[in-house]
Amino acid sequence: MNSLTACERLDIIRHKNRPTVRDYIPMLFDDFFEMHGDRLYGDDGAIIGGVGYFKGKPVTVIATVKGRNLEENKASNFGMPHPEGYRKALRLAKQAEKFHRPVICLVDTAGAFCGIEAEERGQGEAIAKNLMEFSSLKTPVITIILGEGGSGGALALAVCDELAMLENALYSVISPRGCASILWKDASREREACEVLKITAEDLSRLGICDGIIEEAPGGAHNDPELTAEYISEYISGAIKRKCEKGLDELLNERYTKFRKVGEFSEN
Amino acid sequence: MLEDLFSVVKMRFNGDKKENSNEGGKPSIPKGLMFKCPRCSNVVFMEEFEKTGKVCPNCNYHARLSSRERLDITVDKGSFVEYDPLMTSKNPIDFEGYPEKQADLRAKTGLKDAVITGEATIRGEKVVIGIMDSRYMMASMGSVVGEKITRAFEQAEKKKLPVIMFTCSGGARMQEGTVSLMQMAKTCAAAKRYSDSGGLYITVMTDPTTGGVTASFASVGDIIIAEPKVLIGFAGRRVIEGTIKQRLPDDFQSAEFLLQHGFIDMIVERSKIRRTIAHLIKLHKG
Ligand SMILES: [Zn+2]
Repeated sequence: MNSLTACERLDIIRHKNRPTVRDYIPMLFDDFFEMHGDRLYGDDGAIIGGVGYFKGKPVTVIATVKGRNLEENKASNFGMPHPEGYRKALRLAKQAEKFHRPVICLVDTAGAFCGIEAEERGQGEAIAKNLMEFSSLKTPVITIILGEGGSGGALALAVCDELAMLENALYSVISPRGCASILWKDASREREACEVLKITAEDLSRLGICDGIIEEAPGGAHNDPELTAEYISEYISGAIKRKCEKGLDELLNERYTKFRKVGEFSEN
Repeated sequence: MLEDLFSVVKMRFNGDKKENSNEGGKPSIPKGLMFKCPRCSNVVFMEEFEKTGKVCPNCNYHARLSSRERLDITVDKGSFVEYDPLMTSKNPIDFEGYPEKQADLRAKTGLKDAVITGEATIRGEKVVIGIMDSRYMMASMGSVVGEKITRAFEQAEKKKLPVIMFTCSGGARMQEGTVSLMQMAKTCAAAKRYSDSGGLYITVMTDPTTGGVTASFASVGDIIIAEPKVLIGFAGRRVIEGTIKQRLPDDFQSAEFLLQHGFIDMIVERSKIRRTIAHLIKLHKG
């Protein structure tokens, strides 16, 4: 695995040929059936969800979608979900629970969309509800951050039993750009902020947040999407095996503890 | 884009600044003696203003309260026993200037971080209560806020007590990086366990409740109350205005806006919150 700085990784995940979930889903899953809608308001193109086979076993797949071109990006709102996207995700997760399928979440988003309609339809409530419900979902949940893990918009699909990141993926509470504009009143210093925030897979492993780092093809996933998909597939195999052999109580207690233990404070 | 959870909340009313300005050579209002309402410019004696819980008698403007002030007008006198009074944050991502900033704020406010939690009674009803304080880094949620809120739910579950959370926040605490983001998941998981145990959770949203706190424990109460006209939202106003390139209406993200869109149960004036909470607790005892 390479040892790049956070902003070198930022360049890699912003590469125009960076594979998206639309590339990965056919490589990872067989007979994928996409499901639509939250049954409340609409169908959000920024989140794709459905069922398929992973190495012969049924799984539920939920993913944020970035487009590969302008047209796709318009349909998927550049990968930034509205509340109905998070509600669709929860509906499909509940369905997975009912039919005892593991949930695989693939995350690549700048964050939840910030707009009038998103507020009107309760963006905060939709995310909060997912955090709450995923914390006790009675089936294994594996989340992989493929590129950008943008704040609460990513976390809404990342309350899971195992969180893995592609080696160049970044997972942050705020965009480096946003951080720079708050810290130095200068958004152009995002590269500095990128280092300050400690958002690489290595940083987050050290902080006890990331459970696994998945290798990418040499130089980045864009150089060989198939090879990268193989690495992802291997990881998912192992994670499903590790989680499916646990009893439900053990699984849920460990999920609770995974988040419960994060935080650094002193008491005297 | 990603700025969503760290929404910078602009003070809607620049009250404190105007209070001391000496406009047009008129005699200035001595600081501390009088209160000039930032919304309607009405001037009242500070003593009277404080007696009403810092609500303007003319236009019903609800000024922000410190956590101590909130505690005083909410719980029975002398009933509060604080949890984890000494808990302070470390510097998980070695963020430059963070320890100094905190030391400075601790000295200024007497607070250890942005929330106080504990047990108290409200009109005789025993509760676990949490009160956030916007003077401390805009009540952003880092390790301490996350841990104290989580422990409050865990204690309440053990002791079978209702939980009352007075929320206000600018969002997640950027200075703690992704660790602060995890506090959202941690508090929601604790709220879920508490809820599954049958506990009653009432949120009181106060000015401003935004970002990562809106997108976590603040929004999952069984009952959500808000004070009149407070700011409640996920994304910061300026972030949205930047995205859509137009000015938002004044009442956007107000308590009234949320009530209309179905995200809160009721708007309750400050003077009636204590009574309302006590009634609701009684009602849930059956
Ligand atoms: Zn007034």
